[in-house]
Amino acid sequence: MDKHYGTLYSEVKLPFKFSVGPVFFKFYEALKEKKIIGNTCPKCNMTLVPPRSFCPVCYVEMGDFQEVSQQGKIVSWTIVNQPIHGAPLNVPYIVGLIRLEGTDCNFLHLVGGIEPSEYQKLKPGIKVKARWKEDRKGHLLDIAFFEPI
Amino acid sequence: MARRVGIIGIGQTKHGNRSEITYPDLVREAVVAALKDANITPEDIEGIVFGTMPSMMEGVALNHLYLADALCAVGKPILKTETCGSTGVSLALTGYYWVASGMADLIMVVGSEKMHEGDSQATMTTVAEPFYLRYFLSGAPGVFALQSHQWSHRYNIPDKKAREAATKLSYDHHKDALDNPFAHIKKELSVEEIENAKVVVYPIRLWDVCPNSDGACALIFASEEMVKRLGRDAAWIKGVGYRGDEYWFGDSDKVRWQSAIEAAKEAYKMAGITNPRKELDVAEIYNPFTYLELAFLECFGFSEPGKAADDTLKGTFSRDGELPCDPSGGVLCTNPIGATGLVRVAEASLQVLGRAGSHQIDGAKLAFAHAMGGISQFNGVMIVGSE
Repeated sequence: MDKHYGTLYSEVKLPFKFSVGPVFFKFYEALKEKKIIGNTCPKCNMTLVPPRSFCPVCYVEMGDFQEVSQQGKIVSWTIVNQPIHGAPLNVPYIVGLIRLEGTDCNFLHLVGGIEPSEYQKLKPGIKVKARWKEDRKGHLLDIAFFEPI
Repeated sequence: MARRVGIIGIGQTKHGNRSEITYPDLVREAVVAALKDANITPEDIEGIVFGTMPSMMEGVALNHLYLADALCAVGKPILKTETCGSTGVSLALTGYYWVASGMADLIMVVGSEKMHEGDSQATMTTVAEPFYLRYFLSGAPGVFALQSHQWSHRYNIPDKKAREAATKLSYDHHKDALDNPFAHIKKELSVEEIENAKVVVYPIRLWDVCPNSDGACALIFASEEMVKRLGRDAAWIKGVGYRGDEYWFGDSDKVRWQSAIEAAKEAYKMAGITNPRKELDVAEIYNPFTYLELAFLECFGFSEPGKAADDTLKGTFSRDGELPCDPSGGVLCTNPIGATGLVRVAEASLQVLGRAGSHQIDGAKLAFAHAMGGISQFNGVMIVGSE
């Protein structure tokens, strides 16, 4: 590289307030009650979780909320070791792509119940179930993690 | 009916850590190179297409305002197109549409990124909405690791074989980059160094991952009439395709990845290609991670589903193979994100023009360029030919 003339430090910090809307509100309320809810598209019949206001493929309004299974299979997983600025969770953590029974999409959440150092024991196809936090606030992380059955 | 469009000017900066100059001066370096290559002046350009990563990467919102002077856009129409990692191919498509429509004869398309000024993984975190994905899909490596596992599990590829194929890609691309004067990472690696490198996100190791690069790329798109009037050789656009998936990562299959499959199919149809592995001479795949390249090889029809590792290990996609992929060293060795997809089009164009220098594929006449963007959501393809 040629001569380096230095850098000027600058920072941008902005606050946001995202509208929750009726669908995520209902999803959060259900989590408080140790329930996971989804809904089904009346046109393609796909059951999606978290629930949606409309089907992303058919673009029609989704059907009524329904409770879905808290058990499923790991479709894929990864372990995150590197902290990332602005990311909400503290490393290390294992992320799983989980196909809950009776649903037609992969639900993302944490995988726990094993030591992060033992991550290589995880394989796609392993059965897992939701472990709930005692103190639930109506939040995505009211589910502490999914653990192998 | 779309008009024929050719690429007649190609400009790239030296990619890497370019902290010695400002962002506008970096962009201007690529613009000046493209204008010189096409033997035209800023006055000849009728309009500008520009794009980068999201504003959070740049630190300056809507930076086509800040960079307008460097883009020689004063007094001209300017369009901004951005689709995250696929920005470069989206830019090329925008320039193509503009000229093909008959609304202009000479358009300059520019993509850039100055990644040493910002935080790429924090930026990727802001691409994820805050209700759901942001908790779990922070940063690109984790997303691609999820896809890697899905791919190897789907086809029962043993970890060892997947690792060997990833190592072969990393070894080849890092060697190829030594022949590319614009490449960022220029380091000859041994198989042992690649296989024993530290794990970034299991199973992805250090040399399976692209760098953060500063760089810019500029291409001049011209109508057939303008190509003739200027008397230039052109890389002709033969086919284009672009598709997107649902926003939420878990909603769609990322192994038989429909946006990648359909984008390629659309471009093949337009270019009249029925057997891509046989008919294409070279491909520049968007390969920021080795394992991801394996999945793409299958989506583009270069390998049968589940056979990318076998074909890679046979050398099918090496520089002297049946269909050389990323002879420039690819995204794995150079990734100024907003420019990266456009660099794929630039490299494909250099190949069909016979101007790729020491990484030229002999007799290349038909080349494939690709980029992927978002949380594995968008895929775009452009095919260029010598005729």
